[in-house]
Amino acid sequence: MAYVPLADQDDPHALHDPDSFVTKYIWSQDHKVIAIQYGAVAIFVGLIALGLSILMRLQLGFPDTISWIDPAFYYQAVTMHGMIMVVYLLTALFLGGFGNYLIPLMCGARDMVFPVLNMLSFWFYFLSVIILLASFFVPGGPTGAGWTLYAPQSVSHGTPGHEGGILLMLISLAVFIIAFTMGGLNYVTTILQARTRGLTLMRLPLSIWGIFTATVLGLFAFPALLVSAIMMGFDLILGTSFFMPAMMELGEQLDHEGGSPILFQHLFWFFGHPEVYIVALPAFGLVSDVIATHARKNIFGYRMMVWAIIAIGGLSFMVWAHHMYVSGMNPYFGFFFATTTLVIAIPTALKVYNWVLTLWQGNIRLNTPMLFSIGFIFTFVHGGLTGLFLGNVVIDVPLADTYFVVAHFHMVMGVSPVLVLYAALYHWYPKMTGRMFHEGMGKVHFWCTFLGTYAIYLPMHYLGFLGVPRRYYEMGNTDFVPASAQALNANITLAAIFVATVQILFFINIFWSLRNGEKASGNPWGATTLEWQTPDTPPKHGNWGDELPAVYRWAYDYSVPGQKEDFIPQNVPGEEFEKTAHAASNAKGA
Amino acid sequence: MSLYRDVTVKPWDTTGLPDGIEPKPTFNVPNEKVALVIFAICASVLFSLLVVSYFIRMSIGDWVPLATPTGLWINSAMLVLSSVAFQLAVIQSRKTENIRFLSVTGLLSFVGGLLAIGFIIGQYSVWQLLIGQGHYLQINPANSFFYLLTGVHIVHLIGGLWVWSKAQLRMLGTTDTTRESRLSLELCAWYWHFLLLVWVGLFYLLAIT
Repeated sequence: MAYVPLADQDDPHALHDPDSFVTKYIWSQDHKVIAIQYGAVAIFVGLIALGLSILMRLQLGFPDTISWIDPAFYYQAVTMHGMIMVVYLLTALFLGGFGNYLIPLMCGARDMVFPVLNMLSFWFYFLSVIILLASFFVPGGPTGAGWTLYAPQSVSHGTPGHEGGILLMLISLAVFIIAFTMGGLNYVTTILQARTRGLTLMRLPLSIWGIFTATVLGLFAFPALLVSAIMMGFDLILGTSFFMPAMMELGEQLDHEGGSPILFQHLFWFFGHPEVYIVALPAFGLVSDVIATHARKNIFGYRMMVWAIIAIGGLSFMVWAHHMYVSGMNPYFGFFFATTTLVIAIPTALKVYNWVLTLWQGNIRLNTPMLFSIGFIFTFVHGGLTGLFLGNVVIDVPLADTYFVVAHFHMVMGVSPVLVLYAALYHWYPKMTGRMFHEGMGKVHFWCTFLGTYAIYLPMHYLGFLGVPRRYYEMGNTDFVPASAQALNANITLAAIFVATVQILFFINIFWSLRNGEKASGNPWGATTLEWQTPDTPPKHGNWGDELPAVYRWAYDYSVPGQKEDFIPQNVPGEEFEKTAHAASNAKGA
Repeated sequence: MSLYRDVTVKPWDTTGLPDGIEPKPTFNVPNEKVALVIFAICASVLFSLLVVSYFIRMSIGDWVPLATPTGLWINSAMLVLSSVAFQLAVIQSRKTENIRFLSVTGLLSFVGGLLAIGFIIGQYSVWQLLIGQGHYLQINPANSFFYLLTGVHIVHLIGGLWVWSKAQLRMLGTTDTTRESRLSLELCAWYWHFLLLVWVGLFYLLAIT
């Protein structure tokens, strides 16, 4: 069956025009509403995870001051904090939130190509969150197995939540994966098929490239988590021995025999490492657009940026075992994964250089989104460089399971993506709400968050060097750790409480500005990409009024020489001669 | 513009509408087909990982191979016929202007779905047979994998049957939905061929080990 041009199709957006409150805001099929639903739920669970981290920090900084934080609760907090932050906050907010909001707008489409599937995606996600949070209320509480859920301890007695928490966690993950698959099929198909006229692949903003590649990674990596969740569920409920070796528990021989815990680790990290890039690639894309817009300069090396995103995506499937250097693997195996890990640093570093070179001689506007973006470059470089340490087997072995690792991954995939999230939330806030946020409050929020996170994570590297182990409820007879480490820990806790408290500013800002913010024009930043060229702000259902926009140029025509304005939106027809003359003079110069 | 030219062009040097005034999708097929192919790749990853796990788990000493039940041959034949019926339905649907339930196309697709249901019932009876012989799920990893692999395959087939049943209901309805029905049948056929391929792979794996 051949492709039917849009003009000949039955009007697709008329089919789901909302006509009541319920269809407009609850069972909505509008990508913008779904995006905000995704975002609100993700931020809500994120706040729970933030609260859990503060409780953990209180125990570490001031041991035994809060009586009800017992070891079991501590492990449950560690587990739920990690899982929520990585999967239910970052993945959901970047792809479900920003993916949903930006893809149709940046592609000049009226909506996602499968709106019903999109709606189902959100509600499945919502269900997965409910199931996850329900585990707080079952006997035994949520699982305390660590976010990696390593078998066999995750399903054994003695691990908190082994009664019901672990099962709910596995079910919740499976439901999340179904939700993600439905959403992901939508994102990929929309980007491939529903771009407006003139919008070739190489004219797409980098946000879309990042979201696209991350979605593809998710579609291929989440099956590994699904497989491990199903098999672990079988081991748990049906008594199979996929991952469960023969073992004694409470003095009794269990029925399991011969299962392979290492197999679980391989499956988990085959998902787990691409997951890092599922979070990072959308962040790379979004931050590229924010930087180019507020530096009033075209992104440096656009094509390199695109290929770097794709290269990182491909390589991310070949590095998973660097999480398992201490699992007793063959040294040659470790050598291979150390090499691929170092190779993946090349396209990543290339992106960092290109962001910096975009800033170079730009007409930089240091507003809140830009500050967060530049902050991201700092934290990402720090986190990335410690990654090079940990990627090498000989350095990883002594540092494994210390606070050095905690500091590394929080810098690179905790703080960095969150800074981009803030940059993006502030940057697109005027489009989503039609109001400007309070700039001063935004800047205070940035400086407190940025400096505060350094106060938290920089000292953690030193704790790691001292050999302070991660995942410990409290220090036992560990003479090698000097007493001063405890003072450092207390300071880290204070910094963490400070940073967590400061986030209130963000919420005050977005809610206060909703009513009292200055009215935003359609394109307050002077940006080129399509979402800023909608006839209404915030865009109405169907996005584009009567006619879809046409795209005449790439996404980064900032400060084009000889132009009155320092930006040319993508939908402004080109004066062909001028561009050609510009290109010709470029060619002559080269 | 070809995909290759599209991704190698220097975007900053070109303005205008290189593809003309109509929006041009990357692949000149309906969106549903693109999504189906992507989903099939996802499902392939899922099955590949199960197969890899199968081999890794097999290398650990306690594996007692499970004799392949003869019933699987009959079931496989049903799945092949089911796929063939869908393909014939698609070929037939291209010749007709009005696809109804009571037409060759409609009936062929109906039979195709019934055969798939027959396959599922057949698989279930194989499970019953194995359980009757004492080959329980948890006794040996070979058994566990047998139930797991066949089960996951059936779940995918049930997903296909959901789309199939919607297409059947649409053809039973009174409004003319020939274009949608034709697309649904094509999607079913593609998906059935894919699941047949997966099944052949799984069956081969179960038979040789």
